[in-house]
Amino acid sequence: MSATDDSTGGSPESRLLEVEDLHVEFRTREATANVLNGVGYHVDAGETLAVLGESGSGKSVTAQTVMGILDTPPGFVTKGAIRYRGEELLSATEDRRRGLRGENMAMIFQDALSALNPVYTVGFQIAEQFRFRRGMSRKDAMAKAGEMLDMVKIPNAKQRVKEFPHQFSGGMRQRAMIAMSLALDPDLLIADEPTTALDVTVQAQIMDLLDELRRERGMGLILITHDLGVVAEVADRIAVMYAGRVVEESDAESLYKRPAHPYTEGLMESIPRLDQKGEHLASIKGLPPNLANIPEGCPFHPRCHRATDECRRKVPELLELRPGRYSACHFAEELISSE
Amino acid sequence: MGRYILRRLLQLIPVFIGTTFIIYSLVWAIPGNPFAGMCGPRGCPPAFIEQMTQEYNLDKPLPVQYVLYLGQLFSGNFGQTFNGIEVSTLIQNAYPVTLKLATIALVFEAVIGIAAGILTALRGKGFVDNLVLAATLFLIAVPVFVSGFIIQVVFGVQLEWIQPSVGSDPTIGQLIAPGLVLGSLSMAYIARLTRTAMFENKRADYIRTATAKGLKPRRVVSVHMLRNSLIPVITFIGTDFGALMGGAIVTEGVFNIHGIGGLVFDAIKTQEGVTVTGVVTLLVVVYLLMNLLVDILYAALDPRIRYD
Repeated sequence: MSATDDSTGGSPESRLLEVEDLHVEFRTREATANVLNGVGYHVDAGETLAVLGESGSGKSVTAQTVMGILDTPPGFVTKGAIRYRGEELLSATEDRRRGLRGENMAMIFQDALSALNPVYTVGFQIAEQFRFRRGMSRKDAMAKAGEMLDMVKIPNAKQRVKEFPHQFSGGMRQRAMIAMSLALDPDLLIADEPTTALDVTVQAQIMDLLDELRRERGMGLILITHDLGVVAEVADRIAVMYAGRVVEESDAESLYKRPAHPYTEGLMESIPRLDQKGEHLASIKGLPPNLANIPEGCPFHPRCHRATDECRRKVPELLELRPGRYSACHFAEELISSE
Repeated sequence: MGRYILRRLLQLIPVFIGTTFIIYSLVWAIPGNPFAGMCGPRGCPPAFIEQMTQEYNLDKPLPVQYVLYLGQLFSGNFGQTFNGIEVSTLIQNAYPVTLKLATIALVFEAVIGIAAGILTALRGKGFVDNLVLAATLFLIAVPVFVSGFIIQVVFGVQLEWIQPSVGSDPTIGQLIAPGLVLGSLSMAYIARLTRTAMFENKRADYIRTATAKGLKPRRVVSVHMLRNSLIPVITFIGTDFGALMGGAIVTEGVFNIHGIGGLVFDAIKTQEGVTVTGVVTLLVVVYLLMNLLVDILYAALDPRIRYD
């Protein structure tokens, strides 16, 4: 896909992570769902890519496939490539991929309470990596775990390493999760809806923390979310996903100014705004497509107010409209040049 | 943790009093004179009945009887049967046998049950899973007296690998076959319980986290998956051990083992009230202590319980 073309100045070899034309199917006895249908995006070191889309658009599945933690079965990669610093991962051995996890790429999840093991202390779960990946003693590893908690600004870190996940508040738990993911100093962090389960003030704190850590460490950050508001301040680039494809990719500023895909438009209109008080909140009509039976042509056409016969027949390709701006819509040019 | 244990200990007191009082009442407060049928068709002489009634405090109100009885128990006196045998001697003879048998059954059911459960859960659906499910269903469906008799006849009488009848003061070796029979039902339950718990935890978010940390699969399973999965299993094993310590009437009967189950059963048949209340009170205490142990283990395994 053209999204993997050079768009931010780095050469493909220097890319931290590159996902190309990734296809994943979920096979169940009843049906095969085409969950990913040619996803492509890339992240460079030190930048934040926000991956945006409704539930079921394939954001998390892409991330899990990158990490190599996709549940197989039911999930199967049928086509595509994932390259980490130019190294092809889908053909790599499981040992090699396990070696990369934690060490080079790490992931944090939406619900930190269920993502942390309830029967071990937070410190134990962080220290585990130092003990079994770095060969540290139990005691040294615990001390390092304390330092990690301190780094994510958990007060009283030395005491709190001995506490269990259920003794932490929601925000603190997510901080602990971040500390755990960064323990081995990875250079790619995938954050899968890290703030969805948190209240708004805590959301902002966590986003700030992630942004700060990314800057300090020069990490690449993939921020998966369905909330345009959350990413506005921290994302460098945004990839919008729909039905297992990237339908728009752009630098954050241009995308907010003028979306080049009707789906992105719809997402932006559905953000509540203070200056439109009393009006009905706009929403995108219809439901996301059934992935076992994706509509012909543009998968978004049944919900699109611009849809024509062409949209029902032909799948629009992701094309570069302006430098660094991609859209998969037959009307992309119209959208981008309209005022 | 200390407060948790203390609270559990205090909870045992009312349970102990309640259960033993019910047992005592059921045995002694039933209508009719317990000595009426003891001396043959002509009945006992009134002087004998009066003496016995006094000796067992039966002329006093029930609560007083009960308190006097408890006092006796706590001073270590289990009393005598009607024909003058110390109940404590009966218990001393029977309990070691029951303890051995229960331990063998427990080891068998825990080791094989948990191993089978883990194996099926890790292999996923397929031949092994079906095999274990069918085998456990078979064990659950066949009553112990059937499997006991079959093992006795096949391995004891025909193949002569084991002794079909154990007798008093048995060795561990003699109790292995009866222990297998006794533990087989719970083994099936443990296998299924472990399997279900492992299957549930396999898809848990924290397992995905552990994998995402790059831990070796062996560690993910043995540290992160197993501990969570074993919590319900440990509870089951603990309560089951409590039940096993109460004796196994059927298994003891089939293999002619003189354990605590047979002792209680015979005492109930012959209306030996002193033996019944004495032994059952002891069993209540053992059962309560086993449950306390389970509660403590539970809290040790799951910190969320500890801090409630």
